[in-house]
Amino acid sequence: MPKRTDLNKILVIGSGPIVIGQAAEFDYAGTQACQALKEEGYTVVLVNSNPATIMTDTTMADEVYIEPLTLEFISRIIRQERPDGLLATLGGQTGLNLAVELAESGILEEYGIEFMGTNLRSIQQAEDREEFRTLMNELGEPVAESDIVNDLEGAHRFVEKIGYPVIVRPAYTLGGTGGGIVEDEKDLVEIVASGLKNSPVNQVLLEKSIAGFKEIEYEVMRDSNDEAIVVCNMENIDPVGIHTGDSIVVAPSQTLSDRDYQMLRNSSLKVIRALGIEGGCNVQLALDPNSSDYYIIEVNPRVSRSSALASKATGYPIAKMAAKIAAGYRLDEIINPITGTTYASFEPTLDYVVSKIPRWPFDKFNAANRKLGTQMKATGEVMAIGRNLEESLLKAVRSLEAGMNHLEIDGASGLQDDELQAEIKRADDQRLFYVAEAIRRGISIETIWEWTKIDLFFLNKITRIVQIERLLAEQVEDVELLERAKKLGFSDQKVAELWKWSERDLEGFRRDNGIVPVYKMVDTCAAEFESETPYYYGTYEEENESVVKEKPKVLVLGSGPIRIGQGIEFDYATVHTVWAIKEAGYEAIIINNNPETVSTDFSVSDKLYFEPLTVEDVMNVVHQENPLGVIIQFGGQTAINLAADLADRGVKILGTALEDMDRAENRDLFEQALADLDVPQPEGRTATSEAGALAVAEEIGYPVLVRPSYVLGGRAMEIVYHEEDLERYMTNAVKVNPQHPVLIDRYLTGKEIEVDAISDGETVVIPGIMEHIERAGVHSGDSIAVYPPQSISDEMRQKLIDHTISLAKGLNIVGLLNIQFVIHNNDVYVLEVNPRSSRTVPFLSKITGVPMASLATKAILGEKLSGYGYETGYLEESQDVFVKVPVFSFAKLRSVDITLGPEMKSTGEVMGRDSTLEKALYKGLIASGMKIPTYGSVLFTIADKDKSDALPLVERFYRIGYHILATEGTAKFISEQNIPVTTVNKIGNEPPSLLETIREGEAQFVINTMTKGKQTARDGFRIRRESVENGVVCLTSFDTAEALLGVLESMTFRTESMPSFKTKEKVTI
Amino acid sequence: MKRQLILEDGSVFVGNGFGSDKETEGEVVFTTGMTGYQETLSDPSYCAQIVTFTYPLVGNYGINRDDFESIEPAIHGLIVKEAADYPSHWKTESSLDELLKAKDIPGLEGIDTRKLTRKIRKHGTLKGKLCSADIDPGEVIKSLREKSFPHDQVSRVSTKNAYALPGRGKRVVMIDFGAKNGIMRETIQRGCDMIVVPYNVKAEEIFRLNPDGVLLSNGPGDPKDVPEAIETIKAILGKIPVFGICMGHQLLALACGADTKKMKFGHRGINHPVKDVETGVVAITSQNHGYTVDENSLVGTGLKATHIAVNDGTVEGLRHLDYPAFSIQFHPEATPGPEDANPLFEQFMSLMDTNKKEGLQHA
Repeated sequence: MPKRTDLNKILVIGSGPIVIGQAAEFDYAGTQACQALKEEGYTVVLVNSNPATIMTDTTMADEVYIEPLTLEFISRIIRQERPDGLLATLGGQTGLNLAVELAESGILEEYGIEFMGTNLRSIQQAEDREEFRTLMNELGEPVAESDIVNDLEGAHRFVEKIGYPVIVRPAYTLGGTGGGIVEDEKDLVEIVASGLKNSPVNQVLLEKSIAGFKEIEYEVMRDSNDEAIVVCNMENIDPVGIHTGDSIVVAPSQTLSDRDYQMLRNSSLKVIRALGIEGGCNVQLALDPNSSDYYIIEVNPRVSRSSALASKATGYPIAKMAAKIAAGYRLDEIINPITGTTYASFEPTLDYVVSKIPRWPFDKFNAANRKLGTQMKATGEVMAIGRNLEESLLKAVRSLEAGMNHLEIDGASGLQDDELQAEIKRADDQRLFYVAEAIRRGISIETIWEWTKIDLFFLNKITRIVQIERLLAEQVEDVELLERAKKLGFSDQKVAELWKWSERDLEGFRRDNGIVPVYKMVDTCAAEFESETPYYYGTYEEENESVVKEKPKVLVLGSGPIRIGQGIEFDYATVHTVWAIKEAGYEAIIINNNPETVSTDFSVSDKLYFEPLTVEDVMNVVHQENPLGVIIQFGGQTAINLAADLADRGVKILGTALEDMDRAENRDLFEQALADLDVPQPEGRTATSEAGALAVAEEIGYPVLVRPSYVLGGRAMEIVYHEEDLERYMTNAVKVNPQHPVLIDRYLTGKEIEVDAISDGETVVIPGIMEHIERAGVHSGDSIAVYPPQSISDEMRQKLIDHTISLAKGLNIVGLLNIQFVIHNNDVYVLEVNPRSSRTVPFLSKITGVPMASLATKAILGEKLSGYGYETGYLEESQDVFVKVPVFSFAKLRSVDITLGPEMKSTGEVMGRDSTLEKALYKGLIASGMKIPTYGSVLFTIADKDKSDALPLVERFYRIGYHILATEGTAKFISEQNIPVTTVNKIGNEPPSLLETIREGEAQFVINTMTKGKQTARDGFRIRRESVENGVVCLTSFDTAEALLGVLESMTFRTESMPSFKTKEKVTI
Repeated sequence: MKRQLILEDGSVFVGNGFGSDKETEGEVVFTTGMTGYQETLSDPSYCAQIVTFTYPLVGNYGINRDDFESIEPAIHGLIVKEAADYPSHWKTESSLDELLKAKDIPGLEGIDTRKLTRKIRKHGTLKGKLCSADIDPGEVIKSLREKSFPHDQVSRVSTKNAYALPGRGKRVVMIDFGAKNGIMRETIQRGCDMIVVPYNVKAEEIFRLNPDGVLLSNGPGDPKDVPEAIETIKAILGKIPVFGICMGHQLLALACGADTKKMKFGHRGINHPVKDVETGVVAITSQNHGYTVDENSLVGTGLKATHIAVNDGTVEGLRHLDYPAFSIQFHPEATPGPEDANPLFEQFMSLMDTNKKEGLQHA
């Protein structure tokens, strides 16, 4: 069946902000889909609220709407655009849920819009637990015993019948929000309640636990002609029990015999045929390690995180093919873009091993519960390719950038055996490393299997790694052994450590002995057909397939896994850089290791090296390609951190010189530079010891802002009000020494401003200035940013412009720079200068129309901005107002405090745009997931120091008709001001206490400010967590609350009685 | 022990030996299946060939008692990137190395198998020798170039004597050119009364057994090496329903006057899409063949191409327009590989049924 010609205009729904469980993979999928549909000549209308994506670039679709992904707004777009078709299966769970809502609202029918790809009925059948189970029973496909319950009572009945442990899965949620494994009555009550709350249909599935079974995934595709294929199967090293998004996964499956493989393949295909999937689909299965028994765990009737991984693991572009299938094509009509000669209707075969390891945010959230279960906690992931499992796994470990260069973590060797055992059994993010430690200690793999149910196959591979470690430690300078170790993926760093050499010496020795990697192609077909795909991975073998071209080359370093503080924004900039390099006539080569992103789509660059971003791995590519230089500005801190080591090895860093970067990042040099340029900054000093820190703080006066130097996303940054807090910080939060100094600054309260600029050394272009809603002290990534600034004077604006220009010139910036300012007492102070691409580049690029990353790249490559018609200065501000609202994933991370502070906590962002600030904010807040009812109750629990600041807010809420709830102290204070208030009992007092009020959904908003100190055990913490877990908006900054109030006030009307003639003084407003 | 693979084009791959220490020669081919090594190494169609696996880790789940496709593997050697030291699977009874030792088959591991695969892809199937790394390759290369391999593989793997696999259903006589167990398994599973006969069986003998259908099995090498079978098929065609698989398919073509030709490097793997020309349905199939039926030679033979390979358009299935006979180049019995094509056995069953009902002559 050829392409459908009865459809012209197609609406594509994106997945919205990056949250845990739904990340960059949907930018990759959406981008591919839009491109595929455009290629076919359709008019594509895209809607997504996330500005940080490639898919929302105006070149990706004919019409791009960055609007809230809600029924209200999509309906508006539909009325305006009148599309013929709707493609929603590429926008994650968000897209799917929205599509269901649209269909149910009747608008699709009203406008005759066809649901493309997998139809709605199939989606519901796959997503609704009960319907799915019924279908499986009809097909004779086994599913674990389970029951759907709508209340706790039902849960109890099920457990009485089946017994513990059971798994709780809420219906229609992403990343398993609110689910978990339940071992006892207490957990049952808690988790079922949370699951019911989190499920939009108030349903949870209770299921017999099959923890310990092998977890296997099949990525399958089906077309309208009923042809179905398996693109890739994957085996989780972590057996059933840990969410697949949190599992270490290998592809293809390693421990399945052909019989096992085909049995599960048959089952997967049978299921997607019965469901009538048209496009991509993911089937998760559990296989008994001791028999041929299996269960189907679940089916995702759409493109997913796993399909992004499978696409990168095999080279088969699933999302693109899914879009073509939705457009009517059959698999055997679509050419496989990798080989260019074969068709999409074949099953890729690999001749390498792929490992995926999730990247968790626990380095930022040290209070978080690290135990892994059915609720996903990872923010991102890395993938590595090798010719054996060990190589693939070790490359993945060092791709994580989590401070490990090997299967080893700090602290593991110090554990007692019983502690180690407990850690392994607990199954947290570090289990793999503890397992390696146990093997080092000689604990038998059979015992470890008992504890973990990790297949002996994998445990044997880890044993081999440990054996090589031992041999290396004994046989220093053994060339043959070194080669063996390199083949198994050992890093130079690890070998050097075992030989007690420097890494440089080892690198030299290795090269002298000719031990260098070769690069092999990822071609979907194990070399059976000729391909010209420029997608490579490094390995230690004979034949090198990467042909070096004559053309001058530029190497771009990507930003690695998505983590808090380094999100999809950096991938966005990386992709634009690559495009700009190609445009400028160079060969653009990229190194990156994140399977979710657009930058690792092989069709983006001229050559893609899927490799870890370490000095060793980057240098190997440099030796292979001999590029003119390396661009590091766009890869976030990952790339910046490599700059010095690369330069040291003779690699040319393109753009802003290393010394100048250092002048921005090194405290003392920065201070000097600012002094020279006459740009003020808050008073501050560097300390290299605890005593030094205390002395500095004493001198400049509290409150102070403390942080370690060279960090991204404000890790370990804190505002400290008292000496004792500083002492605690110095002992607990940082390792301080002369190599790792701590920065201490005066904390200035005031309006925070962020500016991004592009400079070629002569011309400094400032596309936009953004004002933050939250005052300085809240991390810029967690603040609501507004463009153009709404509340700063022309004088301040001019100062900002002048300072930016003088900093760009004074620091000899070539490329991008980002500056954070604070306006304090009518003066502008510089907080920090980042000589690189920032988080706000995509946002600003989109709203100002200045292709910032692209222009910066051209400047880096030696072109002049004037040549593109730009002059030094601030571009004319837009008439519309744009806001960038952060999005958090707190619901996924238990025991993390949601209070905003100098440490970044958000995982994603959305954009709101309209003609006034209030309207833009409304959209931004709605898009971020906030519900904004125009009446209801607001609960205040305010620290004493903040009470008087809170009063105007209380009053305004009251005026627009909100009912005020407050804890005793706060309530007393409020009623003294003649505002009616209901007192809510404190935690621990008789019900209804605060927590019940929140749990029962009696408050629509909670406004809570922290008492000083950082003790998470306090009541405030429980209030905030309770709010998050029950989906109640909890605001910890008055600035955010005020912004919200502004929105509410603009939406509502006051109702007031008319003033009586005599009592004028009683009239309010 | 260091072992090497020497190829006729002069290239040498040095790696580690496993399995038997025996020196062997053979055509070096590659298969792209990621699973199913036990089925592959015991598939008689690989007789006298040295098989390279493109997937690097082989032997992960060991060797079990269920997955053999023949009792005596006939391959001349196995080349892998890494042979698993510690297989892990509940069915495992031995390791790959142990099996190869027991069956006296040499293995080579630790070479750049992708490089070897690419070489075969570019140059076509190559003659090669597996031997100790101590041996000087010069002489070996010379002798490989001069050597032409024997043409008697079928006689080596075909059964010497006819035997019965009794059942109560339709009688199927299978001419064994080196049949995989899977073909018998699928036939017996459908209740058939099976009689397996040697490749050089005479037509009269088949008529004497009075079967409802004849199954032409898969087998190693060039179909033109078994001219006696072509004669037999000619004699039974139109008299007994015929179903050919793999070499059986090529022999049916030859018997009808079509031609076969050697492919550059063949189809070996379990991911080959095949399209049914009539229905448009595409199945992912298991394949292992180095020869193919020449499509241009079909004119005037009474044969119609029913299936084609999606990747290269080669003929994958035939049906006779006048006689009850059809054949396929791929393996509907799978093992290893996907079972998408399994319904073709049903097609054979119904062909026999129809034939019986319509009372076509068979004597």
